[in-house]
Amino acid sequence: MKAFWRYAFVLLVAWPVMLFWLGLNVRHRDRLVAGGPAIVAANHNSHLDTLALLTLFPLELIPRIRPVAAADYFMKPGFMAWFSTNVVGIIPVVRDGRAGRDPLGECYAALERGEILIIFPEGSRGEAERMTEFKSGIAHLAARFPHVPVLPVFMHGTGKSMPRGTFAPVPFFIDIFVGEPLVWSGTRESFMTRLRETFDALRAELHAPEYT
Amino acid sequence: MKIDLPLPVLYALGGVIALLVVASVIAAVLARTHPDKDYTELRQRIRTWWFILAGFFIAVAFHRAVAFVALALVSFIAFKEFLSIVPTRRADYSVLLWAYLAIPFQYYWAWIGWYGMFIIFIPVYMFLFLPMRMVLVGETPGFLRSIGILHWGLMTTVFSLSHMAYLLALPQPEGAVYDGVSLLFFLVLLTELNDVAQYVWGKLLGRHKVIPKVSPNKTWEGFLGGVATTTLVAWLIAPWFTPLAGYQCVATGLLIAVAGFIGDVVVSAVKRDMGIKDSGAILPGHGGVLDRLDSLTFTAPLFFHFLYYLHY
Repeated sequence: MKAFWRYAFVLLVAWPVMLFWLGLNVRHRDRLVAGGPAIVAANHNSHLDTLALLTLFPLELIPRIRPVAAADYFMKPGFMAWFSTNVVGIIPVVRDGRAGRDPLGECYAALERGEILIIFPEGSRGEAERMTEFKSGIAHLAARFPHVPVLPVFMHGTGKSMPRGTFAPVPFFIDIFVGEPLVWSGTRESFMTRLRETFDALRAELHAPEYT
Repeated sequence: MKIDLPLPVLYALGGVIALLVVASVIAAVLARTHPDKDYTELRQRIRTWWFILAGFFIAVAFHRAVAFVALALVSFIAFKEFLSIVPTRRADYSVLLWAYLAIPFQYYWAWIGWYGMFIIFIPVYMFLFLPMRMVLVGETPGFLRSIGILHWGLMTTVFSLSHMAYLLALPQPEGAVYDGVSLLFFLVLLTELNDVAQYVWGKLLGRHKVIPKVSPNKTWEGFLGGVATTTLVAWLIAPWFTPLAGYQCVATGLLIAVAGFIGDVVVSAVKRDMGIKDSGAILPGHGGVLDRLDSLTFTAPLFFHFLYYLHY
């Protein structure tokens, strides 16, 4: 039943919005992983980012793709919590981590089940089309699962289309650059540096018009 | 479903299919006889032509409403592509949404044949409404540049291109061999033929550059070869597709050939200004739809008004 809502969401929302209303221009699609376990690390500008990433993968993988999202925003009791868990399929993480137990516990379990995590290492959408510092939670995951590939995906345009505080997407073509998958490199610092460098290299492939 | 097309259009579609078959065969033979060279782009380009032809056929063959929706979609994609390559501002978020709303309205005026509204809606009403909406946001740095770019985009991708749709709404005399679809087919066929002919003549004979700062591949030989080809074809087929007769057929061929060239280099200048080669990637081998429609942004309104002045 859960899978039904997830398929419905991708077929009736993600695909029409991303493929018709907006439009994707994907570079290096061949680098996408064919299945889990895997971690997709993407930059974050808009709620559309999750839709865009869901659109990248074939439909049959959808129930196994799990966006990792902040519990304080997406798990507000009532419709929001139901929608986030059943329709989008998020794994909630507690941002302040006071609870005492590991906030990434559900992520470990998902990777052990062979699922694909979507992680936005910037932690929040921030200002549209500006990349901020990465938080190192992703290094923590990569260290614990050293053989799980981390797939960097750089996106441009979702923030122009639907920046923070807006709720209807303006049609823009979205550029997506898929990077070479990384694996754990031994230390948190070297891993985060490589991840950052991969994003900088992907961003350098983009020729973006001015956006102010 | 009944296919409702005038006989000359059906014959001409057959002719285009024959041309594409020849082009596909030549490309396949070239790829086989010159394995050292890369013909991927040429083959993609021809393949995409097949899809464009199929799309055009589906749009016009069955019901007039399908054609209007399809043409509105073409404007939608072109406008989206335009906005995606030009500078934009966060502050203009809602202004851009309003600008998109002009597309269904503009094509609706064409659909109901309200010529007066069709011809002033974007040049007058949107021209006045969008800056008003923008000033309500109150962001003045970049205001003039932003509204100027936005209106130029609407004029090119929506107003100009929507003239293709209005060709379908023109009233035709009883018993004519042509109809709205013939007019549209004539315009699109000659414009695209002109693009291809200029390219081919340029490849074969091109020596002297026309406008190297904007478009280094455009040569006088290609341009004049294209003009001659397009004018000849126009003179031969215009009486079967349009109410034009005699010298008017030659004049319309010249008009489409020259205007097509200018539309092409104007869009090239925009792309060069933005520092890009293609406006998008939706048409493999061609680039974006704007790369394919560049000539039509000039030929569609000019051919329409030439015809409208003389015959409607």
